[in-house]
Amino acid sequence: MASAVARPLSFWRGIFYLLLGTGLVLTVIRFTQGLGAVTNLSDRYPWGLWIGFDLLCGVGLAAGGFVITAAVYIFHIERLRPIARPALLTAFLGYLLVMVALMFDLGRPWNIWHPMVMWNPTSVMFEVAWCVMLYSTVLALEFSGMVFEKFRWKRAAKVQKILTIPLVILGVMLSTLHQSSLGTMYLIVPGKLHALWYSPMLPILFFVSAVSVGLAMVIVESKLSSRAFGRGLEMPILTEVGRVLVGALGLYGFMRIFDLFNRGMLGEAFTFSYESSMFLVEFGLGVILPMVILASSRRRASEKWLYAGSLFAVMGFVVNRMNVSMTGFEGAQGGHYIPSWAEVMITLMLVAVGFAAFSWIVNNFPVYPEEAKEPEVATREPAGVPEAETTAPWERVLIER
Amino acid sequence: MEAAQQRAILFDLTRCSGCGKCVEACMQKQGFEGDPSKVKDMSATAYCSLNTVSNPEDSDDEYTYRDLCRHCVEPSCVSVCPVGALDKTELGPVVYDADKCMGCRYCMTACPFNVPRYEWDSPVPTVRKCDMCFDLQSKGEDTACATACSYGATICGTREELLEEARSRIEEDPDDYYPHIYGEHEVGGTSVLFLSPFPVEELGFDPKLGTDPMPVYTWRVLEKIPGVAITAGATMCALWWLTNRRNAVRDHEAREKIQAKAAKAAKKNGSNHEENGHG
Repeated sequence: MASAVARPLSFWRGIFYLLLGTGLVLTVIRFTQGLGAVTNLSDRYPWGLWIGFDLLCGVGLAAGGFVITAAVYIFHIERLRPIARPALLTAFLGYLLVMVALMFDLGRPWNIWHPMVMWNPTSVMFEVAWCVMLYSTVLALEFSGMVFEKFRWKRAAKVQKILTIPLVILGVMLSTLHQSSLGTMYLIVPGKLHALWYSPMLPILFFVSAVSVGLAMVIVESKLSSRAFGRGLEMPILTEVGRVLVGALGLYGFMRIFDLFNRGMLGEAFTFSYESSMFLVEFGLGVILPMVILASSRRRASEKWLYAGSLFAVMGFVVNRMNVSMTGFEGAQGGHYIPSWAEVMITLMLVAVGFAAFSWIVNNFPVYPEEAKEPEVATREPAGVPEAETTAPWERVLIER
Repeated sequence: MEAAQQRAILFDLTRCSGCGKCVEACMQKQGFEGDPSKVKDMSATAYCSLNTVSNPEDSDDEYTYRDLCRHCVEPSCVSVCPVGALDKTELGPVVYDADKCMGCRYCMTACPFNVPRYEWDSPVPTVRKCDMCFDLQSKGEDTACATACSYGATICGTREELLEEARSRIEEDPDDYYPHIYGEHEVGGTSVLFLSPFPVEELGFDPKLGTDPMPVYTWRVLEKIPGVAITAGATMCALWWLTNRRNAVRDHEAREKIQAKAAKAAKKNGSNHEENGHG
């Protein structure tokens, strides 16, 4: 099968090496000449694409990991189990890439470990640093199950299985904290961030939008990997994820509008100024449109529509985070920040490395369930006695009692 | 030390001649190259700058003002630094320790006055900003800029002394001053105070900022974190147990149903068998 897919992939392989090559050259320049040599960052715009996209979007788009693992292991929604591992892998790689991106963005990346020993609890960044560190560890431990399974390390796999529930709970706690804290980070700039984005509700808005984009990413990621690996799509599962996505987007949209109304800023949204237009793009494209598309159960059941709706939700999320981190500052800071081509190239290199790593891991580790060709089997609610394979021993004790 | 006793700077727009001696002295003290008269904005190699502002009622009536770190009483930069590289010293100046810094630049984003500057062209960059001549002041000397000023436009002292001085200047010449000491209450108070003949937004004291110290905005949320974490964790544990129990009960009932059915079928089969046996 590998040889059959090698040909269509060679185009993407070419793109990959191109991005990798250019990115590596720029990396050398970045670390020998300083940030100014490759970025358009300045004293007025100390944060740019690498914070707005690589960090804020990277962490948000990886939210599918904690959302799906919570659904499967905490809420015991067994039929979602087939997509738990891919979602976990996406999250794990997402966080690894965020950390790599930070190595580029930090002026003194060799000091990245300092928050571990130099504490400052009043700093939101300090809290985010700890949460990201701990959650990445949690993700690594959750992912280790696949490694143990692959190499048939039975004892390690058993220990890992026992740890699953505590790990998932810890993961949900840490994710709740740092997904919202990325919004809290911006609460310190009431004078700089435009009122369409600055809100005391930023932490909650960041959290709810992360949950919805996490769901959307699960659908997008499934679609992309079904294309890349020639797998069937677990449509009944994804349709259901799409249904929850509509609810999450609805909640987020309501909160966003309620917040604007509450602060008397709803009129501001329709002045068609630069900021207002960017808000309308973010909200119309990323909240209203996907909701309209996915509101119909017929369209949710269609592969194409489901993918389109989710893709719009993801794009709207990205625009939102870019608006909070860049657009929203331009009024107060003056001028514009437009990322340099080198910033874009390094970001694309990281994304490409992420795709390559994903595909390598899928090809080498048991990420997808075996019987992907028959999704009906995978989605069926396990009736009667639960499969011993998927249940931790201590869970079995509880169930069998 | 109480904020009142901390070292501070008072800058009086009405007394400034725009001679630029303060900028020159500052650059000399820091060992920065370049032409002090050309400094229009703070940079990594100029910790203070001179800019002009005109009277909103008469555009020909121009004044010079200084831009420099305000050394806030409760500084945003100090509160946001994840590694504590910035410190509000007991003495008053806000100082920076490059050895701790990891270069996240949150201080630059958070500063309401856009003060910190960065060495964008260095592979080992540092944050650059005025340290209110911490070394000189530790020895009891005035800042380089205050020493250089011969007009009494920039003076140095404790925050309390300078507030008193500012008040008496306003009182003595009420016609020359707008009756407001910029920095007395803004963002919780700053240690660089301004006197002006008219209201000036250029000083960066945006009325939107209010008088709450900026760190309050994030602390209001941060202080809730232990509660949120515990609630999230407890909710997850409870939900895990509840859904697990629900599924167990459902499975148990399903199994009982199957068993009951099987028993019934077995009984029926058994009686059939018996009947057959008799036949």
